Amino acid sequence: MTDRRDDVDAGRRQFVGWGVAMAGATLAPGVMLFDLAHGRAPEAPAPRGVRWGMLVDATRCAPDCNACIVACAKEHGLPDGKRSTDAQWIRKVELKDLRSGRALGAPVMCQHCAKPPCVDVCPTGASFKRADGIVLVDRHTCIGCRYCMLACPYQARSFVHEPVVNPQPDVPRGKGCVESCTLCVHRIDRDRAPACVEACAAAGHRALVFGDLNDPGSEIAKRVASYATAPLRPGLGLDPGVRYHGI
Amino acid sequence: MRRATALARAALLIAAGAAVVLASGIEARVPRPAHDTPKGERCVENTEFMRRNHMKLLVHQRDRTVREGVRTKAHSLANCVDCHAGATTRSVIARGPDGSEGFCAGCHAYVGVTLDCFECHAATPRAAATAAAEERP
Repeated sequence: MTDRRDDVDAGRRQFVGWGVAMAGATLAPGVMLFDLAHGRAPEAPAPRGVRWGMLVDATRCAPDCNACIVACAKEHGLPDGKRSTDAQWIRKVELKDLRSGRALGAPVMCQHCAKPPCVDVCPTGASFKRADGIVLVDRHTCIGCRYCMLACPYQARSFVHEPVVNPQPDVPRGKGCVESCTLCVHRIDRDRAPACVEACAAAGHRALVFGDLNDPGSEIAKRVASYATAPLRPGLGLDPGVRYHGI
Repeated sequence: MRRATALARAALLIAAGAAVVLASGIEARVPRPAHDTPKGERCVENTEFMRRNHMKLLVHQRDRTVREGVRTKAHSLANCVDCHAGATTRSVIARGPDGSEGFCAGCHAYVGVTLDCFECHAATPRAAATAAAEERP
Protein backbone atom coordinates (compact mmCIF):
# COMPACT_ATOMS: atom_id res chain seq x y z
CA MET A 1 0.00 0.00 0.00
CA THR A 2 2.79 2.42 0.84
CA ASP A 3 5.05 1.30 -2.03
CA ARG A 4 2.85 2.33 -4.93
CA ARG A 5 4.18 5.77 -5.72
CA ASP A 6 4.55 5.75 -9.48
CA ASP A 7 3.37 8.64 -11.66
CA VAL A 8 0.20 6.97 -12.89
CA ASP A 9 -0.93 6.51 -9.31
CA ALA A 10 -0.03 10.08 -8.47
CA GLY A 11 -2.46 11.41 -11.03
CA ARG A 12 -5.12 8.97 -9.96
CA ARG A 13 -4.68 9.83 -6.31
CA GLN A 14 -5.06 13.52 -7.10
CA PHE A 15 -8.28 12.84 -8.97
CA VAL A 16 -9.59 10.58 -6.24
CA GLY A 17 -8.58 13.20 -3.68
CA TRP A 18 -10.82 15.85 -5.25
CA GLY A 19 -13.72 13.47 -5.36
CA VAL A 20 -13.12 12.63 -1.72
CA ALA A 21 -13.03 16.28 -0.69
CA MET A 22 -16.43 16.86 -2.26
CA ALA A 23 -17.93 13.72 -0.78
CA GLY A 24 -16.56 14.61 2.64
CA ALA A 25 -18.23 18.02 2.55
CA THR A 26 -21.64 16.61 1.73
CA LEU A 27 -21.72 14.07 4.57
CA ALA A 28 -24.66 14.82 6.80
CA PRO A 29 -23.62 15.81 10.33
CA GLY A 30 -25.09 14.05 13.34
CA VAL A 31 -25.74 10.70 11.70
CA MET A 32 -25.39 7.51 13.74
CA LEU A 33 -22.04 5.90 13.16
CA PHE A 34 -23.17 2.46 14.19
CA ASP A 35 -26.45 0.72 14.72
CA LEU A 36 -26.73 -2.38 16.80
CA ALA A 37 -30.45 -2.80 17.21
CA HIS A 38 -30.08 -6.56 16.95
CA GLY A 39 -30.71 -7.27 20.63
CA ARG A 40 -29.44 -10.83 20.56
CA ALA A 41 -30.09 -12.90 23.69
CA PRO A 42 -26.96 -14.14 25.51
CA GLU A 43 -27.89 -17.78 24.82
CA ALA A 44 -28.39 -17.20 21.08
CA PRO A 45 -25.38 -17.92 18.84
CA ALA A 46 -23.97 -15.32 16.43
CA PRO A 47 -26.51 -14.97 13.60
CA ARG A 48 -25.64 -16.32 10.17
CA GLY A 49 -27.28 -13.57 8.11
CA VAL A 50 -25.27 -10.75 9.64
CA ARG A 51 -21.99 -9.53 8.14
CA TRP A 52 -20.25 -7.18 10.53
CA GLY A 53 -18.11 -4.64 8.78
CA MET A 54 -16.40 -1.33 9.17
CA LEU A 55 -16.06 1.65 6.90
CA VAL A 56 -12.94 3.79 7.31
CA ASP A 57 -13.37 7.29 5.93
CA ALA A 58 -9.74 8.33 5.33
CA THR A 59 -10.80 11.90 4.55
CA ARG A 60 -12.00 12.32 8.14
CA CYS A 61 -9.05 10.55 9.79
CA ALA A 62 -6.93 13.30 11.44
CA PRO A 63 -3.17 12.99 10.88
CA ASP A 64 -2.17 13.70 14.50
CA CYS A 65 -4.85 11.54 16.12
CA ASN A 66 -4.32 8.03 17.46
CA ALA A 67 -7.48 7.74 19.57
CA CYS A 68 -8.44 4.43 17.95
CA ILE A 69 -5.06 2.86 18.73
CA VAL A 70 -5.12 4.05 22.34
CA ALA A 71 -8.70 2.85 22.83
CA CYS A 72 -7.85 -0.56 21.35
CA ALA A 73 -4.85 -0.99 23.64
CA LYS A 74 -6.91 -0.03 26.70
CA GLU A 75 -9.86 -2.24 25.78
CA HIS A 76 -7.74 -5.33 25.22
CA GLY A 77 -4.94 -4.72 27.73
CA LEU A 78 -2.33 -4.52 24.98
CA PRO A 79 1.20 -3.25 25.72
CA ASP A 80 2.12 0.31 24.77
CA GLY A 81 3.89 -0.69 21.56
CA LYS A 82 7.33 0.53 22.60
CA ARG A 83 8.97 -2.85 22.15
CA SER A 84 9.37 -4.26 18.66
CA THR A 85 7.75 -7.48 19.84
CA ASP A 86 4.60 -5.81 21.20
CA ALA A 87 1.31 -6.98 19.72
CA GLN A 88 -0.41 -4.52 17.43
CA TRP A 89 -4.07 -4.98 16.57
CA ILE A 90 -4.62 -1.65 14.84
CA ARG A 91 -2.05 0.67 13.27
CA LYS A 92 -2.13 3.84 11.28
CA VAL A 93 -0.73 3.72 7.78
CA GLU A 94 0.37 7.05 6.30
CA LEU A 95 0.05 7.58 2.57
CA LYS A 96 1.76 10.41 0.73
CA ASP A 97 1.55 11.27 -2.91
CA LEU A 98 5.09 12.38 -3.77
CA ARG A 99 4.05 14.42 -6.80
CA SER A 100 1.34 16.52 -5.17
CA GLY A 101 2.38 16.22 -1.54
CA ARG A 102 -1.13 15.14 -0.59
CA ALA A 103 -0.92 13.01 2.55
CA LEU A 104 -3.49 10.99 4.36
CA GLY A 105 -3.58 8.28 6.96
CA ALA A 106 -5.98 5.53 7.83
CA PRO A 107 -6.13 2.81 10.44
CA VAL A 108 -5.47 -0.74 9.25
CA MET A 109 -6.53 -3.73 11.28
CA CYS A 110 -7.74 -7.27 10.58
CA GLN A 111 -9.93 -6.83 7.51
CA HIS A 112 -12.26 -9.70 8.48
CA CYS A 113 -12.23 -11.25 5.01
CA ALA A 114 -15.11 -13.38 3.76
CA LYS A 115 -12.46 -15.72 2.35
CA PRO A 116 -9.71 -15.41 4.95
CA PRO A 117 -6.31 -16.83 3.97
CA CYS A 118 -5.38 -17.16 7.66
CA VAL A 119 -8.22 -19.67 8.09
CA ASP A 120 -7.16 -21.57 4.96
CA VAL A 121 -3.62 -22.13 6.19
CA CYS A 122 -4.21 -22.77 9.90
CA PRO A 123 -3.07 -26.35 10.62
CA THR A 124 -5.12 -26.78 13.80
CA GLY A 125 -8.36 -24.99 12.96
CA ALA A 126 -7.63 -22.29 15.54
CA SER A 127 -8.12 -19.53 12.96
CA PHE A 128 -11.79 -19.47 12.12
CA LYS A 129 -14.55 -17.26 10.82
CA ARG A 130 -17.63 -16.83 12.97
CA ALA A 131 -21.12 -17.09 11.47
CA ASP A 132 -21.43 -13.29 11.46
CA GLY A 133 -18.19 -12.82 9.50
CA ILE A 134 -15.76 -12.01 12.32
CA VAL A 135 -12.38 -13.71 11.88
CA LEU A 136 -10.91 -14.88 15.19
CA VAL A 137 -8.17 -17.02 16.73
CA ASP A 138 -9.26 -19.71 19.17
CA ARG A 139 -6.31 -19.56 21.54
CA HIS A 140 -7.28 -22.91 23.05
CA THR A 141 -6.21 -24.58 19.81
CA CYS A 142 -3.58 -22.12 18.53
CA ILE A 143 -0.11 -23.67 18.63
CA GLY A 144 1.69 -20.44 17.75
CA CYS A 145 3.08 -21.63 14.40
CA ARG A 146 2.53 -18.17 12.86
CA TYR A 147 1.56 -19.57 9.47
CA CYS A 148 -1.48 -17.24 9.49
CA MET A 149 0.79 -14.24 9.98
CA LEU A 150 2.60 -15.14 6.75
CA ALA A 151 -0.66 -15.75 4.91
CA CYS A 152 -2.31 -12.46 5.87
CA PRO A 153 -1.81 -9.91 3.06
CA TYR A 154 -2.57 -7.02 5.45
CA GLN A 155 0.01 -7.95 8.12
CA ALA A 156 -2.80 -7.70 10.62
CA ARG A 157 -1.73 -10.43 13.01
CA SER A 158 0.72 -10.36 15.91
CA PHE A 159 2.43 -13.06 17.90
CA VAL A 160 2.52 -12.65 21.67
CA HIS A 161 6.19 -12.90 22.56
CA GLU A 162 6.09 -11.72 26.16
CA PRO A 163 4.18 -12.98 29.20
CA VAL A 164 0.86 -11.20 29.68
CA VAL A 165 0.18 -9.49 33.00
CA ASN A 166 -3.32 -8.63 34.19
CA PRO A 167 -5.35 -9.67 31.14
CA GLN A 168 -8.80 -8.13 30.79
CA PRO A 169 -11.56 -10.57 31.89
CA ASP A 170 -13.25 -10.30 28.48
CA VAL A 171 -10.03 -10.54 26.50
CA PRO A 172 -7.91 -13.50 27.56
CA ARG A 173 -4.45 -13.29 25.99
CA GLY A 174 -1.33 -15.32 26.53
CA LYS A 175 2.24 -15.79 25.42
CA GLY A 176 2.70 -18.15 22.49
CA CYS A 177 -0.49 -17.43 20.55
CA VAL A 178 -1.22 -15.35 17.49
CA GLU A 179 -3.86 -12.65 17.86
CA SER A 180 -5.42 -9.82 15.92
CA CYS A 181 -8.35 -7.41 15.89
CA THR A 182 -11.50 -9.22 17.02
CA LEU A 183 -13.76 -6.33 15.98
CA CYS A 184 -14.35 -6.17 19.76
CA VAL A 185 -16.37 -9.36 19.58
CA HIS A 186 -17.07 -9.26 23.33
CA ARG A 187 -18.71 -5.86 22.86
CA ILE A 188 -20.62 -6.84 19.73
CA ASP A 189 -22.09 -9.83 21.58
CA ARG A 190 -23.45 -7.33 24.13
CA ASP A 191 -24.77 -4.91 21.50
CA ARG A 192 -21.96 -2.39 21.79
CA ALA A 193 -19.79 -0.92 19.04
CA PRO A 194 -16.04 -1.59 18.84
CA ALA A 195 -13.81 0.52 21.11
CA CYS A 196 -12.01 2.23 18.21
CA VAL A 197 -15.31 3.36 16.67
CA GLU A 198 -16.49 4.85 19.95
CA ALA A 199 -13.12 6.55 20.51
CA CYS A 200 -13.06 8.03 17.00
CA ALA A 201 -16.55 9.46 17.50
CA ALA A 202 -15.59 10.78 20.96
CA ALA A 203 -12.54 12.50 19.42
CA GLY A 204 -14.91 14.23 17.03
CA HIS A 205 -13.62 12.70 13.80
CA ARG A 206 -16.27 10.08 13.10
CA ALA A 207 -14.01 8.43 10.55
CA LEU A 208 -15.08 4.90 11.51
CA VAL A 209 -18.52 3.49 10.83
CA PHE A 210 -19.44 0.07 12.14
CA GLY A 211 -22.48 -2.03 11.34
CA ASP A 212 -24.09 -4.89 9.46
CA LEU A 213 -23.17 -4.79 5.76
CA ASN A 214 -26.02 -7.18 4.96
CA ASP A 215 -28.71 -4.97 6.47
CA PRO A 216 -29.74 -2.45 3.78
CA GLY A 217 -31.14 -0.12 6.46
CA SER A 218 -27.88 0.14 8.43
CA GLU A 219 -25.76 3.29 8.28
CA ILE A 220 -22.75 1.44 6.90
CA ALA A 221 -24.73 -0.29 4.15
CA LYS A 222 -26.32 3.02 3.13
CA ARG A 223 -22.94 4.69 2.90
CA VAL A 224 -21.35 1.83 0.99
CA ALA A 225 -24.29 2.02 -1.43
CA SER A 226 -24.11 5.79 -1.83
CA TYR A 227 -20.45 6.67 -2.38
CA ALA A 228 -17.22 5.09 -3.55
CA THR A 229 -15.63 2.70 -1.08
CA ALA A 230 -13.13 -0.05 -1.70
CA PRO A 231 -11.40 -2.78 0.24
CA LEU A 232 -7.62 -2.77 0.52
CA ARG A 233 -5.97 -4.86 -2.21
CA PRO A 234 -9.26 -5.73 -3.93
CA GLY A 235 -7.38 -7.75 -6.56
CA LEU A 236 -6.89 -10.55 -4.06
CA GLY A 237 -10.63 -11.21 -4.06
CA LEU A 238 -10.82 -11.82 -0.33
CA ASP A 239 -13.98 -9.72 0.15
CA PRO A 240 -12.89 -7.95 3.36
CA GLY A 241 -15.47 -6.66 5.83
CA VAL A 242 -13.45 -3.47 6.31
CA ARG A 243 -13.85 -0.94 3.52
CA TYR A 244 -12.08 2.37 2.88
CA HIS A 245 -13.24 5.66 1.50
CA GLY A 246 -10.83 8.29 0.19
CA ILE A 247 -7.61 6.36 -0.41
CA MET B 1 -24.33 -68.91 49.02
CA ARG B 2 -24.69 -67.51 52.54
CA ARG B 3 -21.02 -68.18 53.09
CA ALA B 4 -20.07 -66.22 49.95
CA THR B 5 -22.11 -63.22 51.14
CA ALA B 6 -20.44 -63.29 54.53
CA LEU B 7 -17.03 -63.39 52.88
CA ALA B 8 -17.91 -60.47 50.64
CA ARG B 9 -19.14 -58.50 53.64
CA ALA B 10 -15.89 -59.15 55.50
CA ALA B 11 -13.86 -58.11 52.49
CA LEU B 12 -15.86 -54.92 52.21
CA LEU B 13 -15.28 -54.12 55.89
CA ILE B 14 -11.53 -54.64 55.54
CA ALA B 15 -11.41 -52.48 52.42
CA ALA B 16 -13.38 -49.70 54.09
CA GLY B 17 -11.10 -49.82 57.13
CA ALA B 18 -8.03 -49.58 54.92
CA ALA B 19 -9.53 -46.63 53.07
CA VAL B 20 -10.18 -44.78 56.34
CA VAL B 21 -6.61 -45.39 57.50
CA LEU B 22 -5.23 -44.25 54.13
CA ALA B 23 -7.44 -41.18 54.06
CA SER B 24 -6.45 -40.14 57.54
CA GLY B 25 -2.79 -40.61 56.56
CA ILE B 26 -3.24 -38.27 53.61
CA GLU B 27 -5.08 -35.78 55.80
CA ALA B 28 -2.13 -35.71 58.14
CA ARG B 29 0.49 -35.30 55.42
CA VAL B 30 -1.25 -32.77 53.15
CA PRO B 31 -3.59 -30.30 54.83
CA ARG B 32 -6.78 -29.63 52.90
CA PRO B 33 -6.69 -26.18 51.27
CA ALA B 34 -8.47 -23.43 53.18
CA HIS B 35 -10.49 -21.04 51.04
CA ASP B 36 -11.63 -17.55 51.72
CA THR B 37 -14.54 -17.08 49.34
CA PRO B 38 -17.04 -14.49 50.41
CA LYS B 39 -19.68 -14.23 47.71
CA GLY B 40 -22.82 -16.21 47.01
CA GLU B 41 -25.04 -18.59 48.92
CA ARG B 42 -24.59 -21.49 46.52
CA CYS B 43 -22.90 -22.33 43.24
CA VAL B 44 -24.60 -22.59 39.84
CA GLU B 45 -24.74 -26.39 40.29
CA ASN B 46 -24.51 -28.44 43.48
CA THR B 47 -21.09 -28.79 45.08
CA GLU B 48 -20.60 -32.54 44.49
CA PHE B 49 -21.43 -32.13 40.81
CA MET B 50 -19.12 -29.14 40.45
CA ARG B 51 -16.19 -30.95 42.12
CA ARG B 52 -16.33 -33.68 39.52
CA ASN B 53 -17.59 -31.84 36.45
CA HIS B 54 -16.59 -28.17 36.50
CA MET B 55 -13.94 -28.77 33.85
CA LYS B 56 -16.47 -30.37 31.49
CA LEU B 57 -18.80 -27.40 31.88
CA LEU B 58 -15.94 -24.98 31.25
CA VAL B 59 -14.70 -26.74 28.11
CA HIS B 60 -18.22 -26.89 26.73
CA GLN B 61 -18.88 -23.23 27.50
CA ARG B 62 -15.51 -22.14 26.12
CA ASP B 63 -16.24 -23.59 22.68
CA ARG B 64 -19.76 -22.18 22.65
CA THR B 65 -18.44 -18.73 23.56
CA VAL B 66 -15.38 -18.51 21.33
CA ARG B 67 -16.83 -20.25 18.27
CA GLU B 68 -20.50 -19.26 18.41
CA GLY B 69 -20.53 -16.10 20.51
CA VAL B 70 -22.82 -17.49 23.21
CA ARG B 71 -22.19 -15.47 26.34
CA THR B 72 -24.43 -16.94 29.01
CA LYS B 73 -23.23 -16.23 32.51
CA ALA B 74 -23.82 -19.39 34.52
CA HIS B 75 -20.97 -21.62 33.31
CA SER B 76 -18.54 -18.93 32.17
CA LEU B 77 -15.08 -18.75 33.70
CA ALA B 78 -15.43 -15.02 34.37
CA ASN B 79 -18.54 -15.79 36.43
CA CYS B 80 -16.62 -18.42 38.45
CA VAL B 81 -13.94 -15.85 39.20
CA ASP B 82 -16.47 -13.15 40.12
CA CYS B 83 -17.77 -15.26 43.04
CA HIS B 84 -14.80 -17.40 44.00
CA ALA B 85 -12.08 -14.74 44.21
CA GLY B 86 -10.60 -14.43 47.70
CA ALA B 87 -11.97 -11.72 50.00
CA THR B 88 -8.60 -10.05 50.52
CA THR B 89 -6.64 -11.14 47.45
CA ARG B 90 -9.47 -10.64 44.91
CA SER B 91 -7.97 -13.58 43.04
CA VAL B 92 -8.66 -17.29 42.53
CA ILE B 93 -4.95 -18.18 42.39
CA ALA B 94 -3.16 -15.89 44.86
CA ARG B 95 -2.37 -16.98 48.42
CA GLY B 96 -3.86 -14.71 51.08
CA PRO B 97 -1.94 -13.16 54.02
CA ASP B 98 -3.86 -15.43 56.42
CA GLY B 99 -2.51 -18.52 54.63
CA SER B 100 -5.73 -19.16 52.71
CA GLU B 101 -5.20 -20.34 49.17
CA GLY B 102 -6.78 -19.21 45.93
CA PHE B 103 -10.00 -21.15 45.32
CA CYS B 104 -8.75 -22.68 42.05
CA ALA B 105 -5.01 -22.90 42.69
CA GLY B 106 -5.33 -24.31 46.22
CA CYS B 107 -7.47 -27.27 45.24
CA HIS B 108 -5.55 -27.96 42.03
CA ALA B 109 -2.32 -28.09 44.00
CA TYR B 110 -3.97 -30.40 46.58
CA VAL B 111 -5.04 -32.94 43.96
CA GLY B 112 -1.92 -32.44 41.82
CA VAL B 113 -3.67 -31.31 38.63
CA THR B 114 -2.28 -28.56 36.40
CA LEU B 115 -4.30 -25.38 36.07
CA ASP B 116 -3.82 -23.71 32.69
CA CYS B 117 -6.81 -21.33 32.55
CA PHE B 118 -5.03 -18.43 34.19
CA GLU B 119 -2.06 -18.49 31.84
CA CYS B 120 -4.36 -16.37 29.66
CA HIS B 121 -7.57 -15.66 31.58
CA ALA B 122 -7.93 -13.01 34.27
CA ALA B 123 -7.82 -14.51 37.77
CA THR B 124 -9.47 -11.45 39.27
CA PRO B 125 -13.11 -10.29 38.99
CA ARG B 126 -14.10 -7.76 36.34
CA ALA B 127 -14.08 -4.72 38.65
CA ALA B 128 -10.66 -5.54 40.14
CA ALA B 129 -9.16 -6.29 36.72
CA THR B 130 -10.39 -3.00 35.31
CA ALA B 131 -8.92 -1.10 38.25
CA ALA B 132 -5.56 -2.87 37.78
CA ALA B 133 -5.55 -2.00 34.09
CA GLU B 134 -6.14 1.67 34.84
CA GLU B 135 -3.30 1.74 37.35
CA ARG B 136 -0.92 0.37 34.74
CA PRO B 137 1.28 3.15 33.25
